[in-house]
Amino acid sequence: MGSITLKNVSKVFGAHAVIPSIDLDINDGEFVVFVGPSGCGKSTLLRLIAGLEDVSDGEIVIDGKKATDLPPARRGLSMVFQSYALYPHMSVRSNIAFPLKMAGEDKAVIDKKVADAARVLNLTDYLDRKPRQLSGGQRQRVAIGRAIVRQPEAFLFDEPLSNLDAALRVNMRLEISQLHQQLKTTMVYVTHDQVEAMTMADKIVVLNRGRIEQVGSPLDLYHKPDNLFVAGFIGSPKMNFISGAPAATYQAHTIGIRPEHLVLSKDQGTWRGTVGVAEHLGSDTFLHVNADSIGTLTARVSGDFAVTHGDQVFLTPDVQRLHKFDEKGLAIR
Amino acid sequence: MATLHTRSAARLMIAPSVLLLLAWMIVPLAMTIYFSLLRYNLLMPGMEEFAGLSNYTYFLTDPAFFQAIFNTLAIVLGVLFITVVGGIALALLLDQPMFGQGIVRILVIAPFLIMPTVAALVWKNMFMNPVNGLFAWVAKLVGLQPYDFLANAPLVSIIIIVAWQWLPFATLILLTALQSLDEEQKEAAQMDGAGAWSRFFYLVLPHLSRAITVVILIQTIFLLSVFAEILVTTNGGPGTQSTNLTFLVYAQALLQFDVGGASAGGIIAVILANIVAFFLMRMIGKTLEA
Repeated sequence: MGSITLKNVSKVFGAHAVIPSIDLDINDGEFVVFVGPSGCGKSTLLRLIAGLEDVSDGEIVIDGKKATDLPPARRGLSMVFQSYALYPHMSVRSNIAFPLKMAGEDKAVIDKKVADAARVLNLTDYLDRKPRQLSGGQRQRVAIGRAIVRQPEAFLFDEPLSNLDAALRVNMRLEISQLHQQLKTTMVYVTHDQVEAMTMADKIVVLNRGRIEQVGSPLDLYHKPDNLFVAGFIGSPKMNFISGAPAATYQAHTIGIRPEHLVLSKDQGTWRGTVGVAEHLGSDTFLHVNADSIGTLTARVSGDFAVTHGDQVFLTPDVQRLHKFDEKGLAIR
Repeated sequence: MATLHTRSAARLMIAPSVLLLLAWMIVPLAMTIYFSLLRYNLLMPGMEEFAGLSNYTYFLTDPAFFQAIFNTLAIVLGVLFITVVGGIALALLLDQPMFGQGIVRILVIAPFLIMPTVAALVWKNMFMNPVNGLFAWVAKLVGLQPYDFLANAPLVSIIIIVAWQWLPFATLILLTALQSLDEEQKEAAQMDGAGAWSRFFYLVLPHLSRAITVVILIQTIFLLSVFAEILVTTNGGPGTQSTNLTFLVYAQALLQFDVGGASAGGIIAVILANIVAFFLMRMIGKTLEA
């Protein structure tokens, strides 16, 4: 049903190739997240799939049918925009009903589908309000409601949570994941937030400068990053990179070690350093350690580990979980 | 306490300008009312005497008065219709990306910068003139009899001239409104399967409603008092076919030297303008709220 295939897709604006060439398979029912820093082309890629931008070259196949030249409305996709893009002069009801009205559906059918969508999204009490009378989270749900009434082959989300505050973002993240479990429809989700990517995705596509750096499940990317970019982008706090002499002892140009894979001790270990800043989160503590001859390392220790600024500590990397990279930044396995 | 204090201070500060504005409005109004109650003819100076409401009776029973009211409304409504519809169309066109956009936009705005007398004279002598006019030339080119616009259809001709002058204003306001329409909303409508017409009716037109209201309100104020265009083209004629209320008051005061009658006409015009404003605000003022 909702499978999407990109073959050799590229997008050029003027002389600038935003997306040089991308091949990607999105399976039916999958929750795929495009993640990458701003300007990496992830939104452009989504808009290419949606049909809001024309591809410069290549082919897009949706649900087994060639969709490269189809207008957005005929691709069977729904999109949730970053600004929600609700129609401000229409009530919530008319907003949700709009795609059905445009499709020329029967009035009774529209009413029923709108009522169903409103029930799923807890919007029943707000159907007669205008978008400006709603909170951010409710607007978000209306936008999702407008997307689901059409029963599309796939949903496209363009950074839908970036306008919400932190607490609401965590909530909506959960709601979208639950919606995916319920509907089992393909979802393509664009974000720059790797936490969103890790928590929601079945499959993450890491993009950088219009290129796919790696595709895989969240844990795949976490445990086996293909290169320095993915290793640095996935995981929070960021992975520590060490190059030079300490890396050479592991026969690598650069080694990477995640903060949670550094073992700390107060009296012995591989590297010696002094604590710069200690961020206490309660359950964990993030230590920024100035290690001699290596530089600043971030370590994640249990909240019980009592250190403060200026204390001397020893760090030992877990060799099993050490990532090695060659001079091109590719992983050595 | 602080707010109470600042409020009274604010009132004190505003007072001079309020008083000035009040005097500015009240003094001429009071004088006009006073004159309207006098038998006051410029040909007979020093003979002013109280005349009661006879000036009003005279003005209101003048057959030209009803013609003038009709003409005033025809000019307002005709010009509003042409400028709003044409303005939306032009704004939609100018919103498209095209070569030389900046120059085209300046050209479109140009008519608004031309003073009314000049614009009307250009239209009268270079376009609508039955001998030398461009339209006459075109008519002759296709073998038709040239049409004497200002003699045969004076009111329509004036409406066209005034609409031409106000079209840029409407276009400009509507274009800026159009540019403030969220791009993502248009894309969302596109994804929702709305074609160009549906997008226009369900998205663009509601978005423009406020700008359209502004255009209608502002233009109505100015269109109720169109004068220069009539003076230089038809002089209110033939007969009174293109006389509006403003022109009638002018004719009363400066062609018939009847200041008293003209003042009465002025007061009637003020009352009528207020009636129009009242209905206008009730009909479309709601769009401006919230």
